[in-house]
Order: sequence, then structure tokens, then C-alpha cells
Amino acid sequence: MFGLFSLTAVVVIACIDKSPSHKEPLDVNALTKNQQEAHGTIVRPGDIQMTNPLNQQWVSEGKNIYDVKCQPCHKLNDEKLVGPGWKGVTQRRQPDWILNMITNVDIMLEKDIEAQKLLEECIVRMPNQNLNLDEARKVLEFQRSNDGEK
Amino acid sequence: MSVSRVLSTITLTVAAAGALFSCKPKGAESAVSGDAASKVYIAPGKYDEFYDFVSGGFNGQMSVYGIPSGRLLKIIPVFSQFPENGYGFSEETKPMLNTSHGMVPWDDLHHIALSETNGEHDGRWVFANGNNTPRIARVDLKSFRTAEIIEIPNSAGNHSSPFITPNSEYVVAGTRFSVPLDDQNGDVPINTYKQNFKGTVSFIHVDPTSGNMSIAFQIRTPGVNFDLARAGKKVSNGWMFFSCYNSEQANTLLEVNASAKDKDFIMAVNWKKAEEYLKAGKAKKEAVKYAHNVYDENKHQATSTIETEVSVLDPKECPDMLYFIPCPKSPHGCDTDPSGEYIVGSGKLAATIPVFSFTKIQKAIADKAYDGNFDGIPVIKYEAALQGEVAKPGLGPLHTEFDNEGNAYTSMFVSSEIVKWRVKDQKVLDRVPTYYSVGHLSVMGGPTAKPYGKYLIAYNKITKDRYLPTGPELAQSAQLYDISGDKMKMILDFPTVGEPHYAEALPASLISKNSVKIYKIENNANPYASKGEGTTKVERKGNEVHVYMTAIRSHFTPDNIEGVKMGDVVYFHVTNLEQDWDVPHGFAVKGSNNAEILIMPGETQTYKWTPDRSGIFPMYCTDFCSALHQEMQGYVRVSPAGSNVPLVWGTNKNQLTNQAAGAPAGNQ
Repeated sequence: MFGLFSLTAVVVIACIDKSPSHKEPLDVNALTKNQQEAHGTIVRPGDIQMTNPLNQQWVSEGKNIYDVKCQPCHKLNDEKLVGPGWKGVTQRRQPDWILNMITNVDIMLEKDIEAQKLLEECIVRMPNQNLNLDEARKVLEFQRSNDGEK
Repeated sequence: MSVSRVLSTITLTVAAAGALFSCKPKGAESAVSGDAASKVYIAPGKYDEFYDFVSGGFNGQMSVYGIPSGRLLKIIPVFSQFPENGYGFSEETKPMLNTSHGMVPWDDLHHIALSETNGEHDGRWVFANGNNTPRIARVDLKSFRTAEIIEIPNSAGNHSSPFITPNSEYVVAGTRFSVPLDDQNGDVPINTYKQNFKGTVSFIHVDPTSGNMSIAFQIRTPGVNFDLARAGKKVSNGWMFFSCYNSEQANTLLEVNASAKDKDFIMAVNWKKAEEYLKAGKAKKEAVKYAHNVYDENKHQATSTIETEVSVLDPKECPDMLYFIPCPKSPHGCDTDPSGEYIVGSGKLAATIPVFSFTKIQKAIADKAYDGNFDGIPVIKYEAALQGEVAKPGLGPLHTEFDNEGNAYTSMFVSSEIVKWRVKDQKVLDRVPTYYSVGHLSVMGGPTAKPYGKYLIAYNKITKDRYLPTGPELAQSAQLYDISGDKMKMILDFPTVGEPHYAEALPASLISKNSVKIYKIENNANPYASKGEGTTKVERKGNEVHVYMTAIRSHFTPDNIEGVKMGDVVYFHVTNLEQDWDVPHGFAVKGSNNAEILIMPGETQTYKWTPDRSGIFPMYCTDFCSALHQEMQGYVRVSPAGSNVPLVWGTNKNQLTNQAAGAPAGNQ
């Protein structure tokens, strides 16, 4: 998968926080106003640092995003609804894979074997829900919390 | 008087037509050159160079074509309900079609005006007129949706509209029919036209930031028919020119009685002067009633407000504001060239095309070179305003547009041709046939101060044998001409929707980069939005049942609803939770006396349904959304009035009532 992405030669943006900090709460309205579509920029291994303890602010904001944009298809236990349940997803997948699945789903479904397997199981293409990387990162923090990380 | 005179004119006209057309081409094949196909071929996946906004005439809509391919890209509903997407049917869009007469679900959309900055297209908005129940609409070119409609009071037949000034300060609205004005008693004998019937032209201000329209002022005029208009530009900026006919002031059999005089008028309005009078408090406030409808893109909802006052300027109290210029025989088109110096009047029944000079008009005014007055308004001497005439242009000149090289192109309705002539010396350079009876024509950027040239499109009134027959009603035909060389060359013939009148085209790059792809769900301010399935619910308010529903590939929440009873009115407020481009969902319920609705990503739209019988009613997604689109469905249970089935709802939870039948509550 990484080989494939290096072929696509996409520019990696540098503006993502590499380590979680406990700053201001996320202003979703400000973030999404005039926001360009987020997909198209590939996240590579090492771009994302996982630290503990979890950033609780992000966990809570990630949950809010989940409620609006993800919950219709993903349960928080291991039951498949439209897509797979999220229980254990942070153990099954690398952080960059999860972030790419959220922000670059079309590229993933085209190039990534694991993503293609999921499409065969679920039949419905995972929608691009237009999260930017910051928002996706917060969803990931919520997923980690859902998987019992502290 | 002159029925006999008119008849003899017609006889002459027919004779002339016969003489001209002895060598009329049999078919377009002979007129098309070998490389035509490659000039209009847009390879799969490639884009057209121009967007072409084409009025739909009696369909009340606007269609968008790609040029040079002639491919239809979109139909934008404006003045007509559109069951295809729910425009004018959904609760959110119904107010767009409100007028002082209540909801008017249809109109006749004739003319297009693209917004301009410094006399050039800026790609922000496109305006269009509703002819029948006078209205002007503004379509937002980010969303390709009707954003605003304003009704025009003191008007009847808003034909001379919505021509735009070089910095989009105003769009205008000249009334076709003169009528007793709205604050007068209109219950008068029709044959008192000369005493009781008046005309108006309205200047509708366009807010430079929001685009919102407001009627800045109206000018009361003598009773005539206003036909078309064009703004002055560059040297003539600050002026507006309206063509008018029926200076005879006839109220019956206008075909004959409004064609009696040798000349009617072009009315020149000094709108900068009018602004001064308005500022000086010369306008009289008149009591009128008109609707102003605005669509809020964050709320995804339109509101309609009834306004009750308009400012009217009377030329009798405002000298130096209006002038009439005689123009031969019922002028139709009234077009200003890119320099703004020349105004071309096209008399439908005239044998020549007069070209007036703005400089000469100014001199005539300074010298008071007048030929009397018309109802108190000075009439400038024809010769004093005239630059020259295009001699023997053809028959039935209607409209003129311009290229970027000093040439003009005039459509000839009666002789079915386009005539190219040089503006500076009015010399005819070329002519090509059209199929058949061309009305409007459109050069890319043709009405602006800086035309792009390259292509010209003829919008024809008669189709006959152009395409495979489709019964008595045929698609209207349009022909695309390459005008980049000395000779005009027809390169494409394409069918259009409705009845195109005017159209305007601009380079695609001015619009395509700004196109909205989705509505951000976070910005959705609709009071009935469900932002996430967790917020879906069903609420009863008396006999109203409000369903707060979400749609996402590929299910609705809730998709099972029980507890609706006969006598209820059900409102489905459907929020599309998708945030990806080109993933609308649709919604419809069996037996509903309504259209479907399409809900764009991030949007909320409301579908009203009054059940007419008890039973189980299916509902489903009407816009193919995924491999499991056929699974995107649900049921509503409707019980008899007074039954005790509780209001319950959900998706994927069979906790719904086990009440077998809705027994009347009184029987419990």
C-alpha cells in the first residue's frame, strides 16, 4: 500500500499536529467554513504520533463528529451495520490507514487491498464525509477511547 | 386608417421575400464544411469552453449548455415548479413562487442577463425575467439555483427585462402592456387606453455583495409597449435604451393598429439623472403590493415577503431624464455596441437598420434638435441622432450582437438569416441562412464591452424538418456558427428545451472553479434539520406529524413509522447526511399528491403528505445512490382517525407497536 502511494506522488501536508496538545476546543463551524475538500492528500506512516494519555478534548469532539457523520453506518461494538463495527479497529489498523480511509476513501478503494476487501463485504462504498485531517484525527482519538485506551 | 397601407406593405414584403429566396438552400448539409465535426467534438471527459445560459421561454426555466458541443448540462427551475427535484413543491421552495396573486407556479422566461463588472462578465449571477406575472429572478452561479425572485408592481408583461448595467448596478423591467397603475381604479373601459393606461420602467438595484434585489425606482411613462432594452456602456454609461412600439396607443388588433406609424421610438433614460432626482426627493411613494422571495442557503429555506411601497418618478417633474428617438416601424432589439457609442434599433417591419450615435444624441439634446414631444417628453430629430443605416440588410431584423472586431450580427426573422455588417460604416459583409426563422442570436460575450467572439448561436422559432419528427410538437432548433473567419460557418445544429428566447454565454473558467459541491452539514441552519441519526424523531403537534429524518447510503432513519392517523398532515423533514459531491438522495411516498424531493448532501428539504386512506404506505429513495439503493426504503402505517396506535418510529428496531389494529380509542 505504501508503495502504491509513493507512486501517486501526492504532496503531504505539514499542517497536521503531530502530537496531541490540550489547547482550545475545536470550533467546528470555523473549521468547516469555506473549507476545501479534504481528500487527496495522503497520510503516511509516521505522520501521526499516538500519545497517551488520550486528549480528552479530541475524544469528545471526535464523538460529536461520529454522531453526525459516521454513526449511521458504524456501530461502536463489533456488529456490522452498513460498515464494520468500530470495536477493535485501532488494533486491527494502523493510524495512517484509518485516517486515509476517512479522508481519502476514493483512493483507498481504488488502491488498497484491505479497503477493497471491505467493499466486497459491505457492498456500499464508504462515503467521503468531507472531514479534514484535524477532524479525522479527533475521530481516531475517539476510536482509541472506544477501544479502551486511556 | 391604413389597413390598406399595411396590407400593401405586407404584399411588398412577401414579394421581396420571394425574390430573395429563389436560391434558398435546400438543407444545411450544403452549408456545412468538412471540418465542422472536429470543431464541435468534445472528447469524453473533456469540458466545453463556454457555459451558455439559455432561456426556456414557456417552460419557465433556464437551461445550461456547453459550447461548442451543444450538450445540455442542466435545467435550472426558476419560475416553474419542477417535479424532477421538488422545486416549488417542497415546503422550503414553495415561497419562491409566491406573488401578490398568491402562488403562481408557472411563468414565461424570456431574457438572460449575466452579471457584469466594468462591462464584462464576472460569473456571479444570472438574471431572468418572468413575462406573464412580472418578476425578475436571480440565479446563483455557485449553486446553479434560483436564489431570489422579486415581483414588479405597476407592470404587466415584463418583457423589456432584465437588461443589466455595466457594474450590475441595476437590472431593468419595462412593461410590455401599459395598464392603469396599481394604485388607480383599474375598473375602466378598455377603450380609455389613452386616458387611463400608463407605462413604467423599473430600475431594480442589485446589492454588489449579496446580489439581493430591491426596486430602487420606477419611471412613469406614456402608455406604449416596451419591448427590449440595453444599457449604455463606456461613453454611454449612465444611460439605458428601451425600444417601444404601439406609439399609436392602440388597445385592440395591435397587429394592424400598432403598425400604422412609420416610426415608433427608442426611449433613452438618463439613469444617473434619475438617481439625482431620487436623491433630491422627487419620487412619489405609491401604495402597491409585490412579493420578494429569498432563498437562504444556510437554512435551505425560502421566505416570501409582501412589500407595499414603491418610489415613482414622473418625467413631467424630472426634466432631462427621458427622451424619445424615432425608430422605424415597431423596433424590437435595441442593442449597444461594445464601445457604447452606437445604438442599433431593429424595426421588425423596417427595410433598414438604423444605427444611432450616442455623441449625436447628446449634441441633439444640447441643441434641442427636437421634433416636438410625445406626451411632454422631447422627441429627438431622427436625422440628428442617426449615424447611418444598414441598407437592404434582409427582412424582419430583430436582434443585434457584436464581436470583438468591430462587427455586428443581426438576426432576420422573415428571411431566416444572420447578417454580418461592419459597425463603423454599416456595410454588409456576409450572410448565412438559419433553419428556420431566427429569433434571438447570441455571440459569446456579445452584449458586453468586451465580446469573446469565436461562436454565434442562432435560436430559431420554427423547426419543421430539422430533426426526426416527434409528433406535432418539436424541439426548438439552434445553430452554432464559427465566426472566427471572414465568413460565418455553420458547424452544429442542436435541439433545445422549451422555447429559447435570449441566451448569454461566457467562458467556463469564470464559473466552474466556484461551483458548490456539497452543503456543509455543520452550517445547516434549517430548523427541521437532523444532524446525525441520534437527533431523528417524530413529533405530533395537533394533527401535524413532523418526521425529522436522515438519509445516508443506503437507509432512512426512521424507516418504520406508526401512529399516523387519518386527518393528519405529515411533514417529512429529510436531511441528507452525505458530505460527498454528487450524492443526492430522493424521497417520495405512495399516493402523495406531491412531487418527489431531491435532497443535496448536507441539505434539509421537507415533503408534505396528507394521507387519504388508512393502511401501509411505502416510501423510498428516488435517486440511485449505491449498490443497495433498492434497499433504501421504509413504511408508514396510517390508522383510522381516533385509533389508539401510539406514535412510534425507528430504523432497525422492531420495538414498534404490537397493536394489531387501530381500534378506536373509545372502544378500549
